[in-house]
Order: sequence, then structure tokens, then C-alpha cells
Amino acid sequence: MNERQIMTADEVRRAIARIAHEIGERNGGVGQVVLVGIYRRGIPLAKRIAAAISHIEGSTVAIGALDIALYRDDLELRGPSTHIQHTNIPVDITGKIVVLVDDVLYTGRTIRAALDALTDLGRPERIQLAVLVDRGHRELPIRADFVGKNVPTAISEDVAVRLNEVDGGDDAVMIHRGDA
Amino acid sequence: MTMPAVSPHVPWTPTESRKRRHVLDLDDFSTQEITDILDSATSMKEILGRSVPQVPILRGRTVVNVFYEESTRTRMSFELAARTLSAQVMSMTAKGSSVEKGESLIDTIRTIQALGADIIVMRHGESGAPYLAAQHFKGSIINAGDGRHAHPSQALLDLFTIREQLGTLEGLRVTIVGDIVHSRVARSNIWGMLRCGMHVTLCGPSTLIGDVRTWQATFPTLKVHYTLDDLLPDTDVVMALRIQKERMQAGLLPALREYSTYFGLDEARLTRLPAHAIVMHPGPMNEGVEIMPEAATSPRSVIETQVTNGVAVRMALLYRLSGEAPAV
Repeated sequence: MNERQIMTADEVRRAIARIAHEIGERNGGVGQVVLVGIYRRGIPLAKRIAAAISHIEGSTVAIGALDIALYRDDLELRGPSTHIQHTNIPVDITGKIVVLVDDVLYTGRTIRAALDALTDLGRPERIQLAVLVDRGHRELPIRADFVGKNVPTAISEDVAVRLNEVDGGDDAVMIHRGDA
Repeated sequence: MTMPAVSPHVPWTPTESRKRRHVLDLDDFSTQEITDILDSATSMKEILGRSVPQVPILRGRTVVNVFYEESTRTRMSFELAARTLSAQVMSMTAKGSSVEKGESLIDTIRTIQALGADIIVMRHGESGAPYLAAQHFKGSIINAGDGRHAHPSQALLDLFTIREQLGTLEGLRVTIVGDIVHSRVARSNIWGMLRCGMHVTLCGPSTLIGDVRTWQATFPTLKVHYTLDDLLPDTDVVMALRIQKERMQAGLLPALREYSTYFGLDEARLTRLPAHAIVMHPGPMNEGVEIMPEAATSPRSVIETQVTNGVAVRMALLYRLSGEAPAV
């Protein structure tokens, strides 16, 4: 099979722990931090980062969930999603430091949509971005503040993040070679 | 909540739900598609509660309300839904339009298409009119009520409200009481409710229910009952329909007072319901006829919630019909 593993479960765990440390360092603690996961795999990642932060910093951070389907710019190309997921951010994000969490950073279009969605919900002091994998090929001027692993890829390749909460089994990050 | 893909209660003609183009009635909706729409509507409702209730997804799309019959809540609800999704909205009512000069339905639809409409929301006094319009329009048609035939968005918002209030649809017992034979709301609800595994009983004087065998030829599990009081203790949802005064002139009812005495929802009747049961009405109400003011505003009444939920459900429908831009 044209598939190779680029992160093991252990590496995923260490990357999450490192991101949790960096979020605390960068922001001088986590008092103002709200973690917002993007559907689907950003949400379990945000929960894991929050758990790691509470272990490191001894304080809990608020977690939210964001669906960006209604902010996408490719409705014409891809058509509507079958499900619109529930956006649920339990705290007022105005004045807070929002850390967006997603599994893979690729073109940057999802993050562009997420930024629009967040600004509709309030005016955060700052928005930062944490991703498990940055695979390059940006189409917009967007970069991540916290990256689990930088992975050079070809456009024809496909990066798949598997998380136990969503996919069952062991965590892993795989690259599939496309036929293109 | 998991449900079977197709409810055994009503035979189902499959359509590829992702490729749905029109919403004309609920008869071609699978249980799964209804569930998908209700799930999406739950998320749409969150948007309506925001301080800035607007998302950009339908920017550049045009929704045209074409109403050949008067309407307050349905037209405003669709308009608000379309605006919340950032679509352009235009409205046409037959009164004051070229319809009064004799423009045909098909010509009107072609004109609206030439103006760049993506979705037409249509209400018409003739059953089937939206089906004719769908044959002459390259975009999508949503039936917002056609004659006595169908009112699918109303049925979906009723299902949404029931599921939201009672947590499920499967197995619930619904009593629809009133002028069933003339009701497009009842007809679409029967399709949707049976498909979602609910038990539906029609109730009212026989002149307003119509021929039982005809009903049961299409819906074999549908029940009909001619007295209300003994049904109420076994009812989870009671839905009252509007009694139009014209029915009395047509000889179908001896007197509105008599109807109220036997079928009007008042406080005494509500006490016969189980503690969790809810009272619904699609509006507009004839207070004092099919429902008394104290019943309409009782804690069991979800009539205002139905109106609020209607916007969220219509947002889910408009979004679902917005695939690739139509090639005009």
C-alpha cells in the first residue's frame, strides 16, 4: 500500500505536551486562554491540549467547538455538508486569547473560515493557531503559532490524522501517496 | 439517536439525498434525510441566538419568495432564514404583480429565473402548482404550501419542535385534531411523522376527516378516531389545526360552538394529557374555536417555539439545496 507513517501514538502524545507547554510560555500563563477546536479532529485535540495544560499549569482552560461549514468559500465546488455541527463556545471570547486547534494545516482556507467565524462571535484580544501537522502548500497568508510536526508533502499526497476518540484504535499520522 | 434508514410504516422511493434539488413534499424524504435536516437545524438555531445572527454561506445566492396566497409567518420565516444565511431576498405576491394582468405561472417562473434566482419559495392555492413550477425552473423550488396538498417546511419544523421538546420521535403518539381533509399541514406531517416511526391518529368530526379507507390505502398504520377526550390520556403530542369559518358555510360543520365543545383544546382537556405532553398549532389560530386562549398560552403549548424553530429549519433547507450554482 502507498502509505507511510509519519507520527506514532507516542509522537502525537509528545507533540501535544509540547504544544501545551508552548501555549503557556507564549502567553505568560493560560489565564486568558480559550482553546477552540475545529470539527472534527480539532475538538479531541483541543481537549487533549487542555488536559495537558491543566497538568502542567495546574489550572483549567475553557474549550469550545467551532464548525466552519457556513464560512467556507467553496460551496460551489463541493456542495453543502450533510451535517452542520454545533458551534459551542461556552465563554465570551471578547478580550480573550483564542487558540484555534486543528489537525492538519494545508491550504489555510479552513483557518480563514475559522477566523471569520470567530470574529462573528466576539473580538478576541489575540487569535493563535495550533496544529498537529503542517504539511505546507498554503494558498493564503496564514501560519501556525504551534506546530506538532512540519511535514513536507507533495500536493498529490494525502495526510490522514487518526485519533482514538474519532477513529478508534491507536493515534497515528499517515501519508498516502496519491495516484496523480 | 440511531434510526432505521427507512421506516417500515410508509413505503419509500429512494432519492439521493445529497443531490436533492427541490423540496415539494416529505413523501420523498428518507428517515435519514429528515434526521440530517433536523440535526443541521439544531446548529442553525445556535446562530439565531447570537448577537450578530448572520453567517456568510449563501452570499451571492438569490432566494425569491413567490406567494400567490397570503401568509405572515411562513413568508417572514423564509425571508429571515435566507437573510441569516446572507442570501439576497426578493418577494413577489400575486397582488400587485403581473399575475393580475394575467401572467401565467410558467411565465412568472421564467421571469424570476431570468432575474437570477437560485431558489424559489412558493406558495400557491392550487395543489401541485410547485411541481409545475419545478419543471420550468433550473434552480430549486421549495413548496411553502400548495392548496390542500403539502407544506413540507411546516412539517419539518413540527418534527424538529417535537424532537427538541420530547427528545425523540420514534414511538411517540401524535393526535392531529381538526380540519384534516383540507389541511396541507396535516398531510405533510403524516408523511414525516410516520416515516420517523411515530404513531399518528387523526381526530375530528367525520366530515373533516374524509374517507378512512382512502387514508389507509396510502398510510396503512394511520388511525382515525372521532372523539378526542378518550384519546388524550394516550397522546404525547396534540396538534390542533385551524377551523376555517367557510367550512361551516359548506355544511361540513353545524356550528363552530359545537366543534369547540367536542374538539376545542381548553384547560380541562389539557389536564387529560400525560404530564409530559405538548400542544402544537401551525397557526394562524382561531382562538376560541379549535383552541382556547388559556390552552394556547399554557406551559404545555409550544406554539411560539414552533415559529422560532421554523427559521432554523428553513435555514437548514435553504443550505441543503445550495449545491453548485445553477447553470443559467
